[in-house]
Amino acid sequence: MGIVHKYGDNIDTDVIIPARYLNSPAPEDLAQHCMEDCDREFVRRVKPGDFIVAGENFGCGSSREHAPISIKASGIQAVVAKSFARIFYRNSINIGLPILECPDTDEISAGDELEVNLEAGEIRDLTTGKVYKSAPFPAEIMEIIKAGGLLASIAKRSGK
Amino acid sequence: MTLTEKILARHAGLAEVRPGQLIEAEVDLCLANDITAPVAIGELKKAGIDKVFADRIVLVMDHFVPNKDIKSAQNVKCVRDFAREHGVSKFFDVGEMGIEHALVPDKGFVKPYDLVVGADSHTCTYGALGAFSTGVGSTDFAAAMSAGRLWFKVPAAIKVELVGSLSKYVSGKDVILHLIGEIGVAGALYRSLEFVGEGTSSLTMADRFTICNMAIEAGAKNGIFPVDERTEAYLAERGVAAPPRLTADEDAVYERVVRIDLDALRPTVALPSLPGNACVIDEAPKGEIQQVVVGSCTNGRIEDLRAAASVLKGRKVKKGVRLIVIPATQEIYLKAMREGLLETFIEAGGIVSTPTCGPCLGGYMGILAEGETCVATTNRNFVGRMGHTDSKVILASPLIAACAAVMGRLATPEEVFGEER
Ligand code: SF4
Repeated sequence: MGIVHKYGDNIDTDVIIPARYLNSPAPEDLAQHCMEDCDREFVRRVKPGDFIVAGENFGCGSSREHAPISIKASGIQAVVAKSFARIFYRNSINIGLPILECPDTDEISAGDELEVNLEAGEIRDLTTGKVYKSAPFPAEIMEIIKAGGLLASIAKRSGK
Repeated sequence: MTLTEKILARHAGLAEVRPGQLIEAEVDLCLANDITAPVAIGELKKAGIDKVFADRIVLVMDHFVPNKDIKSAQNVKCVRDFAREHGVSKFFDVGEMGIEHALVPDKGFVKPYDLVVGADSHTCTYGALGAFSTGVGSTDFAAAMSAGRLWFKVPAAIKVELVGSLSKYVSGKDVILHLIGEIGVAGALYRSLEFVGEGTSSLTMADRFTICNMAIEAGAKNGIFPVDERTEAYLAERGVAAPPRLTADEDAVYERVVRIDLDALRPTVALPSLPGNACVIDEAPKGEIQQVVVGSCTNGRIEDLRAAASVLKGRKVKKGVRLIVIPATQEIYLKAMREGLLETFIEAGGIVSTPTCGPCLGGYMGILAEGETCVATTNRNFVGRMGHTDSKVILASPLIAACAAVMGRLATPEEVFGEER
């Protein structure tokens, strides 16, 4: 269970983690500046287990993995959006940040309390009582997630 | 199958692939830079993986290089050490480096129908050479380095049919800004953009690189051009033998067809703060600007510098405007020097920098203050991209950027050259 931080369409990786902070790859450094250029209050407000809910094309722009890393390190449990930019989508899966595609995010408001079941692809808005469905991940991708990320799955396969 | 599907099928060892299918494919080349490589190196260490395909790896230090501060110096050192330890010979540091997407094709590292991934979103640039080339994150790059293979979802395709040829003052940048304006920044999300039609042959390689470079700005996974005489000539100059030509099947399936009449295009800019905010120069707002940047992986090639110099020759940068010119690679820098272009820029009142990404991503070397506007030949004009969150970036071709530098505002080339339209 966590609180919703709500954003619109085309949230790009430059506002998620501005380039001026890319000189450090350390998750704890990145977390301190997460969402800084579109929501200065985010870092102060966010609590472990919270959610980001957004519109279309979340995470567009640069391929910086620093963006999902900063979101994960800030304590966000999962990102729910109408659609994700493809590199952000891959990166999130590869580093183990849960993301869910859901067409109805307009109905979810900032401050709502949310509960997410990844396996079932179910998003429950406890504030409004509504339940939404997200398309489940293909088996191949679920395997990567279960292994704890892409490299862990490769290491596992090669018997390391 | 489309050209993209054929390349993916080949690399996956399959006779056929279809959109939506998940495949594992062999990677011919993978690259990363000083921002994304350290994350990948850290991930490899964490996973306890020590073996990499050294000859398929390219590491280019370009974003904060020459290093802007201690942290970025540490990052480059980490990559330098990694390259030495693992015998990565395609490692480019100060003195040899350039902006990766200008450097990599210019070095002849990419052939048509190769499969290339790079931990940088503009890796899609090499589609200009007929390769399948796409941006990934650091973990994907780490996986490609160590496994030599990577998972992909086969993208559906959009056909972009080009007809005619470009008129005076119009370049590849205007084509791609127009296209993104038409279909939107998510218009090609998860899709492949396949450029076809007789219009493709009229475009120079520089135009094609610029167009494919910004495919990502429409959300595309890749952009790709057919291989023709121009591609083969480009490769031959770099000592690369072109493979037998491959084309899309007659019955290839496209989700959508977009037609662009090249003759009808006018110079186009993207207004703040999305690359899809296209506006033809004739209708562009005429507010004062404070900075002009000519450079980046989109438009830092020799052709781009020549276009900017054609405007600046014998003219002066407007008082109050800062013109920053950044040749994309050492080789381009040297060429521009020999052709006298650098002299033109300096005499006009501009500055010329060593190759670097620098201001393109708001890194350093030209950061904007609150309330300032920059006309840039780069590829992204998101909020805060080049500095303060209340600064603005307008994307334009090198010719239009140079016109803006002279006039202190957006202006048509005809205005600057004193011609009738
Ligand atoms: S020039 Fe700009 S867009 Fe291109 S690789 Fe460098 S930072 Fe990225």
